[in-house]
Amino acid sequence: MKNFLKYREIWLLTGIVVLIGLISTRFPGFADPANLRQVFNDTSILMILALGQMVVILTRSIDLSMASNLCFTGMVVAMLNAAHPAIPIPVLIVIALLVGLVLGVINGFLVWRLNIPSIVVTLGTLTIYRGATFVVSGGAWVNADQMSPDFINFQRAAFLGLPVLSWISILVIALFFLVMTRTQIGRSIYAIGVNPTASVYAGIDVGRTKFIVFCISGMIGGLAGYLWISRYVIASVEVANGYELNIIAACVIGGISIAGGIGSVGGAVLGALFLGIISNALPVINISPFWQMAISGSAIILAVVLNARGERRQGRIILRKAEAA
Amino acid sequence: MDTTAHHGKVNERPPASAPRLTLSGISKSFPGVRALHNVSLSLYPGQVTALIGENGAGKSTLVKIMTGIYQPDSGEIGIDGQATTLPSAHAAFGHGITAIHQETVLFDDLSVAENIFLGHAPRTRFGTIDWRTMRNNAREVLETMRAGHIDADARLKDLGIANKHLVAVARAMSIDARIVIMDEPTAALSMKEIEELFLLIEFLKSDGKAVLFISHKFDEIYRIADRYTVFRDGEMVGEGLLKDTGQNEIVRMMVGRNVDHIFPQREPKIGAPVLSVSGLSHPTEFDDIGFELRKGEILGFYGLVGAGRSEVMQAIAGITRTSRGAISLDGKTIAPKSAADSIEAGIVYVPEERGKQGVVIGLPIFQNVSLPSLKRTSKSGVLRLAEEFALARSYTERLDLRASSLSQDVGTLSGGNQQKVVIAKWLATTPKVIILDEPTKGIDIGSKAAVHGFMAELVAQGLSVIMVSSELPEILGMSDRVVVMREGRIAATCDNKGLDAETLVRTAAGIAA
Repeated sequence: MKNFLKYREIWLLTGIVVLIGLISTRFPGFADPANLRQVFNDTSILMILALGQMVVILTRSIDLSMASNLCFTGMVVAMLNAAHPAIPIPVLIVIALLVGLVLGVINGFLVWRLNIPSIVVTLGTLTIYRGATFVVSGGAWVNADQMSPDFINFQRAAFLGLPVLSWISILVIALFFLVMTRTQIGRSIYAIGVNPTASVYAGIDVGRTKFIVFCISGMIGGLAGYLWISRYVIASVEVANGYELNIIAACVIGGISIAGGIGSVGGAVLGALFLGIISNALPVINISPFWQMAISGSAIILAVVLNARGERRQGRIILRKAEAA
Repeated sequence: MDTTAHHGKVNERPPASAPRLTLSGISKSFPGVRALHNVSLSLYPGQVTALIGENGAGKSTLVKIMTGIYQPDSGEIGIDGQATTLPSAHAAFGHGITAIHQETVLFDDLSVAENIFLGHAPRTRFGTIDWRTMRNNAREVLETMRAGHIDADARLKDLGIANKHLVAVARAMSIDARIVIMDEPTAALSMKEIEELFLLIEFLKSDGKAVLFISHKFDEIYRIADRYTVFRDGEMVGEGLLKDTGQNEIVRMMVGRNVDHIFPQREPKIGAPVLSVSGLSHPTEFDDIGFELRKGEILGFYGLVGAGRSEVMQAIAGITRTSRGAISLDGKTIAPKSAADSIEAGIVYVPEERGKQGVVIGLPIFQNVSLPSLKRTSKSGVLRLAEEFALARSYTERLDLRASSLSQDVGTLSGGNQQKVVIAKWLATTPKVIILDEPTKGIDIGSKAAVHGFMAELVAQGLSVIMVSSELPEILGMSDRVVVMREGRIAATCDNKGLDAETLVRTAAGIAA
């Protein structure tokens, strides 16, 4: 399966290169390294979110509340910053991670202890977290002029030629790669996604593992909350409304199977980059936003078709075995 | 039960002349497994034929062929003397063949009438369903079956299992079924419900249906069936009239077999008790289970399907909870709350369904092997890949696994090699007690021998093995002692010396010698 996955990622990478090539014919500056760096930076938040979503999807669950978590946590840190500009940014980031974690713990607890399907739990918390944003802010916005310069400039500072935001996403990608390939929890996530029954017999606590993945997606949602607000310098109840679908789309395009157990860090990153390139490039070559939607929609369907074909081949082997047994 | 009166009634009926359904020379193979070889079966109108055989004898495969789900590799199917084929479930339905399963396939949220007429409901002239006619017809069908107490408008989910069976039969009647297959219909019924089912079967007989009755229970077979056909290892080994044949004769047909497999010779060195279980009970599955497993011993667990053997083992392995009872390992009482607890204590359970509960298809071989040992192959949550590989290599080599690389997806291996991966993964946890549930079910002869050889090796090294098996030769060939379970209780615990297959089958089925 490793080979097959690689195969899939190589295809996605090829698709991205072809896409960049096509765009370059209309807009020659697009393939410029400086511009590509810019695209990467623009896509950083989506990549981080897609990774958080990926670990959830791998366990046959889904987290629909990530964008609402982002909105709520973003509002909390923006209000904190407005009220106490002296709080250093690293502390604010830790607070964002913790607030996000709390929201993730709520999701995870409901999924684990009350055994409610994650799609139902997070559909509920999607609304609740956004509603909570309204409650804490009283419906007011936090504008750029209320935020401290540090708050806004932290992620824009250049470090070794890249903005801090890009470095944060690189760090998160590396961390996820290590967790998914080199740790017990990463292995357990894949195992319960592929075969929950066998995992139970092997002594893996399926409920607890699901709880942990929701904690991870919650923390990622919180981190993305700070990054988003400081990037677009406005915090409101409407922030990232509907963005959960972009996150899931990035995962699906990246070859992460909604049925669980199949997917990789590379896939999620490439899936997010694909969407990032489309949304960055098409406006500059004068293609209407509606075409953008059509193109990303087609990419999703194409990705699902390719994945389904791959999985069906496996399914047949299982079926034959089951019949023989 | 007044069986003599019943038999008298059967004997009065003139023997049916021509069979309604004949299967002859039917063979069916799956990759690596020969499920049926040259079997024949005849069903006569107005008679009940019992299909008898151990698990894996090929009964379910035959039912699937009769209902059009499987296609035979060779052989002929005849209905009313005409050769025919059953290429699909729909075709079988069209010939009036209907099967009533243990868990009947009906629709819980539809009404009784809807269930009876689903797919062939009466229509009005506008093409919509004629509800009134449908309800009336449903009542009529139920009346003729003497099941008028069932309300045609009731939701199916509000009925008991016995009444659901009646609805299934009513459905069969409504499509004018002529051949009714009942696959272990009594498995989930109470005594009273079984009586009602038998009345119904009597009714089907008097209505001229040909009935195939599959059951493990001899008293039921003798009570209701006229004829029998015995299968063993996918072959037909006997058929005839039940009134001419004694239970012991049928048991002999079921178990007598050619020696096609040599079990490893071993000199058991049995030591002190390792695992002792007493008074273990579960609210619904088993009651008052007590036994001892000694060092270096293979303890066989025999019984019919549903006797509660796997459930007991799952409780010992920490997967299900018990209501009462004690488990102790090496003299220390343990109360496993999860599989992880049991593995930690040194008890591992190798489950029966390899595909569903054993291998994780999609993960490479080495990751499958290390899965229950991750705690040992990692340090504060971080995996040490070199140790993982070393662990996987040493255990797969001991089991003579054939694979090009340990990074290969376990799904690409044959069934036998997958089973070796599963066993390797449990051995890698260095257990004291290993519980094997149907360790050789559905695997080829060569892999079977390897698994048996390995079991012998394990006990020689001082491990203790519990082997749950429904295969008599395996039980007799491998066990030092045998525990026989029946209906959730231990029926007998015997030394394997001088034990014979017939005694075991009789004990498991509750037949007096």
